[in-house]
Amino acid sequence: MSTAPTTTYVMPAPGSRGPDIAFKWVAVFAAAMIVVLIVMVGWELYYGSRLAIAKYGAGFLWSSEWDPVLEKFGALPFIFGTLVSSLISLLIAVPLGVATALFLTELAPLKVRQPIIIAIEMLAAVPSVIFGLWGMFVLIPWLRDSLFVWLKKSLGFLPLFQGPIYGVSMLAAGIIIAIMILPIVTSISREILRSVPNLQREAAYALGATRWEVLKIAVLSYARRGLFGAAVLGLGRALGETMAVTMVIGNRPQISASLFAPGYTLASVVANEFTEATTDLYQSALFEIGLVLFAVAILVNAAAQLMLKSMTGSGPIKVN
Amino acid sequence: MSTLPEAPSGHKVSESLKTSTAPAHASDAGLPTDAEEVAFDIRNFSLWYGQRQALQDVTIRIPAKKVTAIIGPSGCGKSTFLRALNRMHELTPGTRLEGSLRHFGEDLYGPGVEAVAIRRRVGMVFQKSNPFPTMSIAENVLVGLRLNGVRDKKVLQSRLEESLHMAALWDEVKDVLNRPGTSLSGGQQQRLCIARSLAVQPQTLLMDEPCSALDPLATAKIEELIQTLRERYTVVIVTHNMQQAARCSDRTAFFYLGRLIEFGNTRNIFTSPGNPQTEAYVSGRFG
Amino acid sequence: MTESPYLPTPHFAHWRKVKSSAVTGVLVVCAFAVIAPLFLVLYFLLSKGFSSLDWNFFTQLPKPTGEVGGGMANAIVGTIVLLAMATVFGVPFGIFGGIYLAEYGSDRANNWIRFAADVLNGVPSIVWGMVVYLILVVPFKGFSAYAGGVALGLMMVPLVMRTTEEVLILVPQSYREAALALGVARWKMIVVIVVRTALKGIATGVIVALARIAGETAPLLFTALGNTFWSHNLKEPISALPLQIFAYGLSPYDDWHRQAWAGALVLMALIIVLNITVRVLSRDRGKTD
Repeated sequence: MSTAPTTTYVMPAPGSRGPDIAFKWVAVFAAAMIVVLIVMVGWELYYGSRLAIAKYGAGFLWSSEWDPVLEKFGALPFIFGTLVSSLISLLIAVPLGVATALFLTELAPLKVRQPIIIAIEMLAAVPSVIFGLWGMFVLIPWLRDSLFVWLKKSLGFLPLFQGPIYGVSMLAAGIIIAIMILPIVTSISREILRSVPNLQREAAYALGATRWEVLKIAVLSYARRGLFGAAVLGLGRALGETMAVTMVIGNRPQISASLFAPGYTLASVVANEFTEATTDLYQSALFEIGLVLFAVAILVNAAAQLMLKSMTGSGPIKVN
Repeated sequence: MSTLPEAPSGHKVSESLKTSTAPAHASDAGLPTDAEEVAFDIRNFSLWYGQRQALQDVTIRIPAKKVTAIIGPSGCGKSTFLRALNRMHELTPGTRLEGSLRHFGEDLYGPGVEAVAIRRRVGMVFQKSNPFPTMSIAENVLVGLRLNGVRDKKVLQSRLEESLHMAALWDEVKDVLNRPGTSLSGGQQQRLCIARSLAVQPQTLLMDEPCSALDPLATAKIEELIQTLRERYTVVIVTHNMQQAARCSDRTAFFYLGRLIEFGNTRNIFTSPGNPQTEAYVSGRFG
Repeated sequence: MTESPYLPTPHFAHWRKVKSSAVTGVLVVCAFAVIAPLFLVLYFLLSKGFSSLDWNFFTQLPKPTGEVGGGMANAIVGTIVLLAMATVFGVPFGIFGGIYLAEYGSDRANNWIRFAADVLNGVPSIVWGMVVYLILVVPFKGFSAYAGGVALGLMMVPLVMRTTEEVLILVPQSYREAALALGVARWKMIVVIVVRTALKGIATGVIVALARIAGETAPLLFTALGNTFWSHNLKEPISALPLQIFAYGLSPYDDWHRQAWAGALVLMALIIVLNITVRVLSRDRGKTD
């Protein structure tokens, strides 16, 4: 039974324009902040390094002297250290990561796949400093006493494996970075491999190819560009690793052909020496190192994002 | 409890018109007589989605306190037309309109006219019922009021009861008002959405194929409901079901390919339409 | 039946099979090699750290250099305080940014903003520390919990923004339309209807971001700095688990090494709890949809 209305029209007068506009602009501002932040970071780093830039100019990048006492600063040892340790980590992590991704997408049954995926996600959750701690007290002693000794004995004819073994070394840093970038390389590779259409696989099988041949012909070659993008993303991550590297690399600003030698990276010199930078020039030099690191990391990450976007089509890959 | 005669079921279209209350003029174009109030006065209305023209030069005067049905094959623009009546197109960027649309004399798209104000006077019920999932039945009914600043508990309680009564849902839910809105059956959810729209006391209620996702029993209940709503509200209903239009409405508008082909008393449209295209559609030769 | 001259010899066919099986074996080994470090790390965390988790560890302050004993009470509290502050500074930006992407942004603008957010994600965490040092530590002439909170909060912004956007997009358009059709203002529709519907997903995204920054050390090195005592207000330096682990790990004292392991175990446990919370929340969401 419908009842006649018992109350009159009581709603307040409309006036939503103001709050609507304000709300929208808050949201716009927040989104714009992202772009502003990138610019701000670059600007602040530049501002902090102006003393060093004024004094050293571009020569900063290829000068290999780093002597805080004499106030001579050059970034080459750190650039070298960052590049070499990252390269080593890629050489280890990319084959392992792609192989694991292949295993997960092409071979593993669901029951095996799920726990492994969870384990990889957990690996990604371990903070850098804990890897560093483990690296210092577990990995380094083992490397020093077992793996490095073996490497020196069997491959010692290469300059890479000559020289005294301390444990803390470029190679140790490369190994631990590899462990840390494995999850991202594996998960991106998995997505890339999953985006390979099944038709490709079926066509290869229909030709009588064995499983490995299917992977090689139909899957890997199709996914080549995306997997390369995954590697570049891993590189971007490797460049910025700080804490674990600081704890296992030895922190010595030198350029050496031996992987057993201690080294120093852009990130770890800042982490180590920033609070002890007593003079303005010293601190400014460290800022300039930070600027170099920032520029390189941004470029590499941007390149990786572009590569991956073109491969998978839909939005950029989310990097956790 | 409804006091109206039951909606006939399964009859041929022309037979169900025998219970309709519209005057029987074969040549009546269906335009409201001078004595009737006009709910929507629409002239030369056109709409584009980007480059594509969806509605072309529609002129129609929809009478107040009557049920007007809008029929036509898929893609003819009937939903597009309906959504223009409460400015829902503003959710789709790139929409362009031309022409004049007035609701009880007020220009819907005039400068300075806020869409929010329009939508309080012109409510809408959608094809698939969509009660808000995080709210209870009572909260769903009252959300329109609350968000517009009504706080008085007595007002809210009385509106809650009124709206649920008007939507013929009160008896079924009065003891379980705190259950989630989504715990009801499909037909009940749609009546809940109707109650929700009615709670803000609009003048006009737009319904976009409200029964298309419902079974015949639920559909019959809603059609009953539409008849009772006619006493207080102007109802404009889009439907692809011709029998439903014939059963429920006083006036019917036939759209085809973005144009209004014919508009008139429901009985005439279905028994002796003036336009051959209308005739072809209502006799099922295409659709 | 005549043999086709083009069929490979049985020997070659066999070799292909062997190669394929070998590769399968290699892939299996690789997969297990990848997850082995996780178990190694967890094993050592437990074996070296668990025995040090006593009442003292959770309630006492660090003892002066060289002395045995003491605990990480201030580091544990400090981590929680910093995470809370990071949430306050970073989450509103992230959520509003996500609202912009989902509700207001054009396709072109959104592509740029998403790209920028992903690039921002790749900024090394130590760089954040340096920048916040310049804007909050130098002008105010001191390290502070505020600076640490801001540094961590800024790192959260791109993460929270992306997850918020993803979740908001999932809210069906019909809810927005239904709310607007009631004559509700757009901002209210977004806040009360859309955000509320997606709340669980947004909370999940925030917790994921928290789990990521809980272990960050580098941004805190020159902002929060660390503190061997209790911080009495947020303008002072504050201790945090990652900082303490780092400092103790690098020290020459065995007792501090032992405590570093214990601290690492507590930190890892916190991160695991946050991750489990995320999984539980995500599973619930799947059930009620």
